[in-house]
Amino acid sequence: MKTLFDKIWDAHVVSSVDDGPTQLYIDRMYCHEVTSPQAFDGLRKRGLKVFRPQQITCMPDHNIPTVNQEKPIEDPVSKNQVDTLDKNAKEFGVNYYPMGHEKNGVIHVVGPENGLSLPGMTMVCGDSHTSTHGAMGAVAFGIGTSEVEMVLATQCVFQSKPKTMRILVNGKLKEGVTPKDVALYIISKMTTGGATGYFVEYAGDVIKNMSMEGRLTVCNLSIEMGARGGMIAPDETTFEYVKGREFAPKGEEWEKALAYWKTLKTDEGAVFDKEISFDAADIEPMVTYGTNPGMGMGITESIPTLDQIDAAGRVSFEKSLDYMGFKPGEKLLGKSIDYVFLGSCTNGRIEDFRAFTNYVEGRKKADNVIAWLVPGSWAVEKQIKAEGLDKILHDAGFELRQPGCSACLAMNDDKVPAGKYAVSTSNRNFEGRQGPGARTILAGPLVAAAAAVTGRITDPRG
Amino acid sequence: MEKFITLTSTIVPLPIENVDTDQIIPARFLKATSKEGFGDNLFADWRYDSNGDEKKDFVLNEPKYKGAEILVAGKNFGSGSSREHAAWAIAGYGFRVVVSSFFADIFKNNAMNNFVLPVVVSEQFLADIFDAVKQDTKMTLTIDLEAQTITNNATGKSESFAINTYKKECFLKGLDDIDYLLSKKELIEEYEHKNCQ
Repeated sequence: MKTLFDKIWDAHVVSSVDDGPTQLYIDRMYCHEVTSPQAFDGLRKRGLKVFRPQQITCMPDHNIPTVNQEKPIEDPVSKNQVDTLDKNAKEFGVNYYPMGHEKNGVIHVVGPENGLSLPGMTMVCGDSHTSTHGAMGAVAFGIGTSEVEMVLATQCVFQSKPKTMRILVNGKLKEGVTPKDVALYIISKMTTGGATGYFVEYAGDVIKNMSMEGRLTVCNLSIEMGARGGMIAPDETTFEYVKGREFAPKGEEWEKALAYWKTLKTDEGAVFDKEISFDAADIEPMVTYGTNPGMGMGITESIPTLDQIDAAGRVSFEKSLDYMGFKPGEKLLGKSIDYVFLGSCTNGRIEDFRAFTNYVEGRKKADNVIAWLVPGSWAVEKQIKAEGLDKILHDAGFELRQPGCSACLAMNDDKVPAGKYAVSTSNRNFEGRQGPGARTILAGPLVAAAAAVTGRITDPRG
Repeated sequence: MEKFITLTSTIVPLPIENVDTDQIIPARFLKATSKEGFGDNLFADWRYDSNGDEKKDFVLNEPKYKGAEILVAGKNFGSGSSREHAAWAIAGYGFRVVVSSFFADIFKNNAMNNFVLPVVVSEQFLADIFDAVKQDTKMTLTIDLEAQTITNNATGKSESFAINTYKKECFLKGLDDIDYLLSKKELIEEYEHKNCQ
């Protein structure tokens, strides 16, 4: 009796070192411009080629501007990094979607939507949000640049096998609660390091009934509680999503793959190192109040008071609230905000834009708010336009930008100024994450939409 | 790579929990295409003001802690992004060991791949270090990798720490994983062949 994680992991073990790591075979690696240049350089220094170039897919996403992508990047340092990926991808003959390419976008949005990320696979990327792809029923995790070099050279990484955890979310979600809220709720209960050392399988009614886009959001945020990765057993929702996508198996290959994918579930009676259960009825639309994603609460709740924080954590807690300009015990509801960001590998998919648009339809953007709406990929942008969402957004005072990681980590020009508040659908509220001194309140697309039209932290349920 | 056997050094105390990799090296410094130079921007937003001048009250800027090769931090050090730049910044600054009661997984791997040794100690041992350095900023720790022990030379107390045999050998001999994996090419091709059937 095996867990889903064990089945996929075990099928990819090439060898094990005694009292050491496992040599794990990697089916697909994604590379972006920030964490790959030193790895390609390492190959060059060792005089090596990429071992399996067809299993590597590269695209720039972190540095790229979200306006005027047709023109050269203005920031010379960003341009150099993007040009370096271009040079490396061509020199080493790997799959490559440059800026402006119809398949370009945030790497964790592009992979699944093209059928590059499939059930049963092992996938890595020099990016902690690689956990996203686990939603396909795969083992996917972030690695460092030295490990990127290992995979380029040998299609393997050395990893210690993580422990397993199952998180069950049962019951029915309340109206106005999005997959992002489910994830932020779980992280707030688990804390920012609570799943460190574990690989998480999400299960239960709520996960089962969730769309693929929603599952990608939930798995994406696994790393924010420290988990090595998150995954969801593939089911009809998964198969339906994958079928017909460009790089998904076709014809006879599809039937063969499907038969295998159907075996990918945790056996009855399989034992996890840890099991945790949550009730959907307890989950409200969420906001964060501090400087790590574990510092979250229901939108109507109050920030904890000092006596609710253990002694060892009090210095960090106070430092965090001080940075945010909040006081212990106060509510965020009604607080004025300055920026709204819809996008990123967490909430840059079509469903997020549908939810946001649905809320703002017939309303107007607040004058005090600057809103950045950044599709996760060109494919998402195309879908937004096909559904006419862009027109509704335009009428409400919003404009779409071009795809990229954008204000999630502000490596391009989309920076929130010091001291300003941003309601952001991205994944991290760390100090300075959206620009030096920027104050980030993480939330789902509906809370972001409500903030965008009222200029305040507002409960989207009315 | 320089071999790591034992180290006795003064420390830099950073008694903050959940220090994430965005604090260790903010994203705007990740645009380089080499591994060099990140040490200058280690903890950049805590270390420098908006004019680029040193903030006097940040621990790395206090002259009494200069030259320390051991960073001692609150629990859950290195959470967040997988950026190896965080490890390059710590190594580049001159730290060879980071001590905490808990490390984030990816950071731990990245640190080891750059020959920065993450040493996990108990909460009490960590608290004792922070207490001791308050009394004497020149207190030292000794890390003996062969014996897998860390000693607080102010209190004389020692604790053992865990590291797998393989990684320990890598540190003691200055070897990296890629050399090892390259020596396993046949096994990899065998695996691929078997899984194509």
